[in-house]
Amino acid sequence: MQTLLWIYTLLPLAGFLVLVLVGKRFPRGLAGFIGAGSVGASFLLALITGIWFVSAGAPEAGYTATLGQWVTAGALSVDFSLHLDALSVVMVTIITFVGFLIHYYSVDFMKGKGDYHLFFAYMNLFVFAMLTLVLADNFLLLFLGWEGVGLCSYLLIGFWYQEPANDTAARKAFIVTRIGDVSLLVGIFLLFVSTGTLNLAGISQGAATAWTPGGGLATAAALLILGGAVGKSAQLPLQVWLPDAMAGPTPVSALIHAATMVTAGVYLIARTHVIFALAPVAQLIVAIIGAATLLYGGLNALTQVDIKRVLAYSTISQIGYMFLGLGVGAWTGAMFHFATHAFFKALLFLGAGVLIHVLHEEHNIYRMGGMRKAQPLTFWTFVIGVSSLSGVPLVTSGFYSKEAILSGAWTFGQAGTLFWLAGAAGVLLTAMYSFRILFFAFTGDPAPGSAAEKQAKGSTGGATLRMQLPLAVLATFAVILGFLFMPGDLGGFRPFAHFLEPLFASVRNAPEPAAGTSFVLQLAVTAMVALGILFSYFWYRKERGKRKQHEDAQSYRGIRRFLLSGMGFDVLYRVLFTGSFNGVATLLQRDWISAFFDGVAWVNRFAYRVMTFFQTGLIRWYLMGIGVGIVVLFALVVFV
Amino acid sequence: MTVIPPYYGLILSGLLFVVGLLGLLIRRNIMFMLISVEVMLNASGLAFIAGGALWGSADGQSMFLFILALAATEVAIGLALILRLHKHRETLDSDRASELRG
Repeated sequence: MQTLLWIYTLLPLAGFLVLVLVGKRFPRGLAGFIGAGSVGASFLLALITGIWFVSAGAPEAGYTATLGQWVTAGALSVDFSLHLDALSVVMVTIITFVGFLIHYYSVDFMKGKGDYHLFFAYMNLFVFAMLTLVLADNFLLLFLGWEGVGLCSYLLIGFWYQEPANDTAARKAFIVTRIGDVSLLVGIFLLFVSTGTLNLAGISQGAATAWTPGGGLATAAALLILGGAVGKSAQLPLQVWLPDAMAGPTPVSALIHAATMVTAGVYLIARTHVIFALAPVAQLIVAIIGAATLLYGGLNALTQVDIKRVLAYSTISQIGYMFLGLGVGAWTGAMFHFATHAFFKALLFLGAGVLIHVLHEEHNIYRMGGMRKAQPLTFWTFVIGVSSLSGVPLVTSGFYSKEAILSGAWTFGQAGTLFWLAGAAGVLLTAMYSFRILFFAFTGDPAPGSAAEKQAKGSTGGATLRMQLPLAVLATFAVILGFLFMPGDLGGFRPFAHFLEPLFASVRNAPEPAAGTSFVLQLAVTAMVALGILFSYFWYRKERGKRKQHEDAQSYRGIRRFLLSGMGFDVLYRVLFTGSFNGVATLLQRDWISAFFDGVAWVNRFAYRVMTFFQTGLIRWYLMGIGVGIVVLFALVVFV
Repeated sequence: MTVIPPYYGLILSGLLFVVGLLGLLIRRNIMFMLISVEVMLNASGLAFIAGGALWGSADGQSMFLFILALAATEVAIGLALILRLHKHRETLDSDRASELRG
């Protein structure tokens, strides 16, 4: 069991090493087999471990598997040590399962797009780092995984590095998340100083005894950890990198920037929930950030024309829901939303990937249309995806997971109603933007003169079975997963919550509203969904004849432009940080310190000029020099 | 028999040396530069002889023998270098071989 833990963590690393060292000589089939196979095997082992864990009664203490010692220095002792408990079982199963499906999809998707083996190498490395992150038993190993996924994110966003824009996006993602990482690192130092250990369980115990609830240190630590989570999970105010990260290949967006890595912040907060419970202010800030971000993402998703950017802002918004859930104490609800989101968002990204693939890199939804007939399976799975994302009641997993968070928000004291209203408004926005892409991309007539028109006539290639199979599997889970977490008034069957609840037993858990209230709230949310769908339908009716006019996003003015640019955060940060830094740098270019160093350089250059003047390369000049020198010397000896 | 005053030899040696030096500085043909160096060497040899005669010592003459041997080796090496230069750049102009200019 403990060995199994290490085997399935290291399998993707082995895949990475093989592919990166000798993969270049492999035929494409073998590279794809190793890439997808290592994650597939990892998933099977993780599943076995998970089933074993559940059948053992899901012991709260979990299992620890130590491979060896990493660092010892004085009081500090860190092991290469993995820890399996209910939370990591959930994370690991989803990471490897969704990860495997996306790898499998990529086998055909990445065909003919260059550097095939490297793509799978980086993806495998990512899965390894992500597993390390969620299984780590101590903060240092967690941080190793944390930075590892950041590195892979950077490598894969800039995967098509010949395009300068992709490089810029990759650097932006790396640098912005690094801001959060510094905060997290300082938080880890603070935790170590206060509790004397880096072990996650040890910190949870130590923090409870070392700090008083609501104390300054506890709040500082929680806020620093939150800083790391905000960076990684693209929450306000560090959300700017995620929309640009869509420059990477679509499977990357599905795996890293939707299903797994960006939810690492959610995992981190859930993992350190004891610290957040000690700092109610910080936990309230988590909820506020979540509520603000879910509205921010939903609003910006409304006017994007690039299908992947809609989904990116949607991811920002949905992770906002998870943060809201964590903030109001709906721990299991937040983790459940992570699980359902991983499936339906990966599904939506892979579906978008099919469109982009068959339409030859067309991203603009106004230049699509009519894909329902050309790609029926993609269409139907996409319908399931957007329904789940919007939270269509009863039949989709998104409804149940959002319901778990929203009911938790409702019972969160005074501010609860506000949080619930923000969440409900977010539901409206979600339904609006998600059905907008469904209508524009799939229904109606194809945009005239576009690749979609050719596709409708069946004159270009379609998606292969290997790309459609993962869609079907993900769509199935996007539906059935919801039945693992039913609210009290709808049967109350929730094994998922019961599985995780013991972990969060020591802190406040959001209670469920009374059955009657709960029902009314659900009705209200349902009305929001219906309203959103209706709105996007009329929007589509109004604009479908004017595709040409709207396809050029550069022509947008006013509010549309404001939302298209992500509410101007990029401009703001450019002025505030890049601009001011450049200004200071320009000023400092001419201060006396640099004048001094310029002077040193000038003296050297002058001396060099003088020296080279005499070095003519003409031997007769040298002889002349010698001759004159001798005469001068004699003159000195004789006359002086 | 009139004895030639030794300083005549020194003057002649000085004149020869100056002629050699001027040749070395003025001629660009490396062949003539080598010959000029020979002239200068012999000028210094003459100075040794004259000095030896002046002080009645054989040291001057033995030193001349050394210079003679030195000149022979110098010519051998110099000619070899000139041959290489000629083969390499088809010229004997010393100013053309100026790669070491800074």
